[in-house]
Amino acid sequence: MAGLVVDKVTHLYAGRSDHPPALDQVSFSVDPGQFCALLGPNGAGKSTLFGILTRLFAPKSGRVEVAGHDMSRAPLKALARMGVVFQQPTLDLELTVWRNMLYFAGLHGITGRAAKLAASEALDRLAMVERGSERVRDLNGGHRRRLEIARALMHRPEVLLLDEPTVGLDAQTRADLVAHVHQLARDSGLAVLWATHLTDEVHAQDALVVLHWGRVIERGVAEQVGPELTQHFLALTGGLTGELTGERQPA
Amino acid sequence: MSHYVTALIAICHREALRFFGQRARMIAALVRPLMWLFVFAAGFRAALGLSITPPYETYISYETYIVPGLCAMILLFNGMQSSLSLVMDREMGTMRLLLTTPLPRWWLLSCKLVAGAVISVLQAVVFLEICAVYGIRFSPMGYVAALPAMFLCALMVGALGIALSSTIRSLENFAGVMNFVIFPMFFLSTALYPLWKMAEASELLWWICAINPFSHGVETIRFALYLKADPVDWAITVAAVAVFMALALWGYDPGKRTMGRKG
Repeated sequence: MAGLVVDKVTHLYAGRSDHPPALDQVSFSVDPGQFCALLGPNGAGKSTLFGILTRLFAPKSGRVEVAGHDMSRAPLKALARMGVVFQQPTLDLELTVWRNMLYFAGLHGITGRAAKLAASEALDRLAMVERGSERVRDLNGGHRRRLEIARALMHRPEVLLLDEPTVGLDAQTRADLVAHVHQLARDSGLAVLWATHLTDEVHAQDALVVLHWGRVIERGVAEQVGPELTQHFLALTGGLTGELTGERQPA
Repeated sequence: MSHYVTALIAICHREALRFFGQRARMIAALVRPLMWLFVFAAGFRAALGLSITPPYETYISYETYIVPGLCAMILLFNGMQSSLSLVMDREMGTMRLLLTTPLPRWWLLSCKLVAGAVISVLQAVVFLEICAVYGIRFSPMGYVAALPAMFLCALMVGALGIALSSTIRSLENFAGVMNFVIFPMFFLSTALYPLWKMAEASELLWWICAINPFSHGVETIRFALYLKADPVDWAITVAAVAVFMALALWGYDPGKRTMGRKG
């Protein structure tokens, strides 16, 4: 099947054999058109999982499949069908919005008129066209994130991975971004995996995977949202409310 | 156009845009060798006597002797600057963007290497122009012949830089490694003094200078400027490129231990 399949992925960091695995038999899938929230407190293994999903490193065992392509057997086909928004900003601050887009297009083998068309379509989708000539350093955090999402969609991927993409954004920008990506999944049939530790970014109809200590401890449809989901999540992981809802914790 | 070529052009274009956007970097890269040429060389000329050794056919001034070494110095420092940018890219995340490109890793790293080498050679060419204005000139064909020699030397130090960048986790560590790599590599080479001069000082130093691949990189440039070539220098420099690149690819292999290490 298409979309994203993660099957029994286990990973242990080198030199840490006395520690429990960073990921232990993690399995779940995201269908086309589905928004899947990967929820887990800090240290749950989300970043390790993203490292494996994006082939930064290979898992000790298990299988990852992107749009029907196995990441270990056909990594280039799998990567070509995947768009990624990393937790860290990956934009070139000294270049303009437009140059950043064309650089990415070149990396994906899109050139000339096709590159310009793909870039302007992707920017248009995220309402960023008018900022094309601005230097990325001059953009605010929200616009930079939108640009990264636009860029990740330029090569028309079938799977979109986002690793805590709302870190450092204000509440309104965060809400807008969450709504926008939900709409993208619905409208364009993208399989979206959205890693977060903030329960207010999850909608009731979203698929939900809860990761804790490197294991999937719950999988299904979110159904609950807001404080209800927070309470449920707390019961599962025993975390702190502030961390999960994005509220400031007392110092 | 092939996807491979498109990616190479995109990576070279980005490096060029970044480089020309930072004029201070260009000036800094030139100030260092020009200081050596205008200040140190003047002092050393009095202290050092040079005999006639290949490729030279007549007595030359010390300034003339060190020009190829200073070209290699530009390549060395710029090559390390490129690998420093790889460590920064990794800290910044842009390296991850590159590594998720659907092309083989060996190609992506080769593109990075070639892009860095092109920028380095451009700087060395500007330096040679300044030398010409100062009065140290070579034959027109000598300049043309020096281009592939400088490019090869740039590839060698660039590949070493990429290999080092795969093992270095933070910018702070990088500064330490630079001191242990750049300075010994430069000072224990034929860039500033001929090999026979080293033999007079110490046999051990002579051996270190003789096996230092950077010495052979410097000599390929020196000989090329006089339209000559020593096959041993070329062979050792090419072999060093291959070994350093193999180490770099191993360092960035997704299945390897350090790539899966918690950062």
